[in-house]
Amino acid sequence: MKSTHIIILVAIAVSIGVLLMYSVDFSTYDTIGSAKQKQGKYVHLIARLDKTQPVIYDAVKDPNYLSFYAVDSLGSSTKVIYHNAKPAELDQSERVVLKGKMQGDIFECDNILLKCPSKYKDDKKQLEKTVTQTNL
Amino acid sequence: MKFDGEHLLPGQIGHFFVVLAFVASILSTIAFYKASRVADENIKRQWLSYAKTIFFIQVASVLTIFFTIFFICSNHYFEYLYAYKHASKELEPKYLLACIWEGQEGSFLLWSIWHCVLGTIFIIKGKSWTAHVLTVISFAQCFLMLMLLGIYIFDVRIGSSAFVLTRNEINGPIFSQPDYLSFIKDGIGLNVLLRNYWMVIHPPVLFLGFASTIIPVSYAYAGMATKKFGEWIKPALPWALFSCCVLGVGIMMGGKWAYESLSFGGYWAWDPVENASLVPWIILIAGLHCMVIFNATGNSLRTAFLFIILANAFVLYSTFLTRTGILGDTSVHSFTESGMAMNILIGMFAIAIPVPMIILYIRNYHLIPSTKKEESISSREFWMFIGSLILFLSAIFIIAVTSVPVYNKIFHTNIADPQDREFTYNKVMVMVAIIVGLLSATTQYFKYRQTNKKYFIKLIALPFVTALVLCILLFIFYPVIYIKQGAGFLGAIYLALFASLFSAIANAGYIWSVLKGNLKSAGAALAHAGFTLMIAGMLISAGNKQVISDNRVTGLLMPFDKDPTGKQTEDPLENLTLIRDVPTSMARYTLTYEGDSAAAEKNRTFFKLIVQKKDSANDKVLEDFELMPDVYKMKDNNLSSNPDIKHYVTHDIFTYISSLPDRSSVADTAKFKLHEMKLKDTVYYSKGFLVLNDVLKNPSTERFHYKPTDTALVADITVYSKAGTSYKSFPALAVQDLHINFIDDTVYAQNLYLQLAGIGQNNTFKIAVKETDIPQDFITLKAYVFPYINLVWTGLIIMAAGFIVSIIKRTKAKPAVALIALIAVVAGLFYMFMLASV
Repeated sequence: MKSTHIIILVAIAVSIGVLLMYSVDFSTYDTIGSAKQKQGKYVHLIARLDKTQPVIYDAVKDPNYLSFYAVDSLGSSTKVIYHNAKPAELDQSERVVLKGKMQGDIFECDNILLKCPSKYKDDKKQLEKTVTQTNL
Repeated sequence: MKFDGEHLLPGQIGHFFVVLAFVASILSTIAFYKASRVADENIKRQWLSYAKTIFFIQVASVLTIFFTIFFICSNHYFEYLYAYKHASKELEPKYLLACIWEGQEGSFLLWSIWHCVLGTIFIIKGKSWTAHVLTVISFAQCFLMLMLLGIYIFDVRIGSSAFVLTRNEINGPIFSQPDYLSFIKDGIGLNVLLRNYWMVIHPPVLFLGFASTIIPVSYAYAGMATKKFGEWIKPALPWALFSCCVLGVGIMMGGKWAYESLSFGGYWAWDPVENASLVPWIILIAGLHCMVIFNATGNSLRTAFLFIILANAFVLYSTFLTRTGILGDTSVHSFTESGMAMNILIGMFAIAIPVPMIILYIRNYHLIPSTKKEESISSREFWMFIGSLILFLSAIFIIAVTSVPVYNKIFHTNIADPQDREFTYNKVMVMVAIIVGLLSATTQYFKYRQTNKKYFIKLIALPFVTALVLCILLFIFYPVIYIKQGAGFLGAIYLALFASLFSAIANAGYIWSVLKGNLKSAGAALAHAGFTLMIAGMLISAGNKQVISDNRVTGLLMPFDKDPTGKQTEDPLENLTLIRDVPTSMARYTLTYEGDSAAAEKNRTFFKLIVQKKDSANDKVLEDFELMPDVYKMKDNNLSSNPDIKHYVTHDIFTYISSLPDRSSVADTAKFKLHEMKLKDTVYYSKGFLVLNDVLKNPSTERFHYKPTDTALVADITVYSKAGTSYKSFPALAVQDLHINFIDDTVYAQNLYLQLAGIGQNNTFKIAVKETDIPQDFITLKAYVFPYINLVWTGLIIMAAGFIVSIIKRTKAKPAVALIALIAVVAGLFYMFMLASV
């Protein structure tokens, strides 16, 4: 059993290892500043919606065009374009993870992950807010 | 201070039993351990009977805790935080259980209940090894109870109790008033995303799958503790089969849930939370195969030990991943972090069994017997072992990529998911599917130790040729269209499709050609056929999944505003806007949005779509059906969209609402313009003209039900647009209790509002007309076609049946009992997966 097994095992492990090395092209979490340095590279931005700027979405004209501005914790800001429907929770979200590429001054986003307060009922602060709202 | 209306007794009872269960689990661990170590038979029996008693006290306590929580939630005692967070008065009774296991505490309690059930069955049924197996179960119970304890030691709260009071946990001015409870009108309730019957079924099944992995690992412990290394395999086999079956079904229930009621657009997305439950299942399957090899030939014992230990370890690791909030930025499933102290407890639970087991394994490694003789290439055990190894390595690959957030936490890196997460997994897993398909097709035809070449080739030839022909026919008549990742990947999909069809046919053929139709021994063949059929279904349905709401393919409604970047994305633009009453073509279908209607549940709205498929040659309607996707509007205006699916035998049409207009923001500045019209008069508007056909007094039609004693007038108007279409409209006015009610009518397709404003002089009627530029009612939706998705569910059901047949054979269950169990499970799964959602 030993020799054949070990040979096959090693061969498989090596080939899978090689496959892995070539196959997984990990992205990175970036700030807006560092993403602007990495033009055209696929990155993840952790930011929030800039509520002082307009959010443009008109489903009648084009249901696949959304644009808004995002700011990160360091205060830098970028315009974001997303070729998909506007997520309903966007306006209420406290934090967004934007996946996409920086193209010039515009972030071309292909996926938005929203962190919304309503999903977080285990969060104490949120509960306090809810209690206060419903009762006073 | 005394507070009004509080029910403090259930909480005190609940908390008492949590402490009792915790203490009992510690004592029963010690007692079972003692019983397992003592040599003297008499003393052993004493310890054992003592341990069993304490274990049953613990079982009773856990059940009491559960019923207390159930009582608190069903009575809406919002003084308890758990009830306030998870229950609400509007919640339908069927979701009462679901709201209990929505929370962290409830789901750990569910896990613990399954430990109790499994332990009790084991005490009743298990002949030997009871002391060892129950030692491990009781030990795990200690940690689960610790998490529910919620007592303070030096200002640190240990565990999180389900019986804490709202006023003690949340700061709010109202809690200083004695009558605060009268202000809390309702609880928050079950998250609307989770209001689905799968939420009632999926968690218990999945948790039973998780909890049941403890039995094989306990047996492995017993094997090492007694140094009777091989003897545990035989009695542990039915338990391992059970665990594989339940966990596999539980995972796919999650997939079915995601598919039919969440807007993820499919049943599997390689989301970290999904992966975390898949990995232990794959390792368990690998371990099961090694156990079977040992049972038949005496080989692969060391690997069997390792895989069984790791399967349980990865169940606990996945719990750690999903419950500590570490996956926060990578998963669409929202799990919350419950604080550092709780995370440490979860971490302790996750390592409590795996770490000692791995140490024990390393120390015993050289004592575990292994055969020195080399296996023949033509032996069944050799290829089974290779298959197990492939499965194991694929699991390691999945968990290695899934664990990226953990590396980030430890090494302070900022690695994120690859751009195309699904493809990252798919391109490796398609290779695994090819190998596993080929191996599972052929290995059954090998015999243990040595196989005659002629015998093998003779039997395997027919399935091979059949699968090949089937694949060629598929290629010609129903080719896979997944070309996004290039020809190489498409080739791999075809190879995997061939391998899985080959295996499904070969395993089905095996029942007939080798077993001669003896279904009692056909468990393995059935399970393999089911599994590979499921894989084939996944390849076809994912490979030929089509976005049919592609705006570039369908007729565009309005000229596009040019994208300021001047670019088009490569991905299809998946959203399509439908304006009310305007038929819109989508692939070969014509869709018309006909309006919305409220549902029985609060804040839920259904949107009625009429779908027609016409013959392009003669305009004959081939298909005509309704779809009713719905949307939950949550408290802060968030939407939760539930798809509606039209099921066919060969494919599903899947639609869901991706965006709704915010009606409050649409400013309507247009004004009504009054016209005095005689019957048959014509009035022009910007896009056409309208004719007043008639004015009816107290009509009783489909829409209006007036009695002759009422005072009501209904205008019958036809609107003719310039585009050549015409619409009927019936504005009305009715006098009721000295008030005049105007019942306006809207021709949505023309943005035209009509009102019967009164009666003029000289037999005229006042018709008010309003036009707006902005469409007033529209929805944006996504639509997909999933072909042959039923193969996935059928495969799963066959696989589960295969596992059950194997369990029946290994436990030598009575034929009548066995038959009833098999029929019940298959019928139940068939109902849940194939019928309930139609």
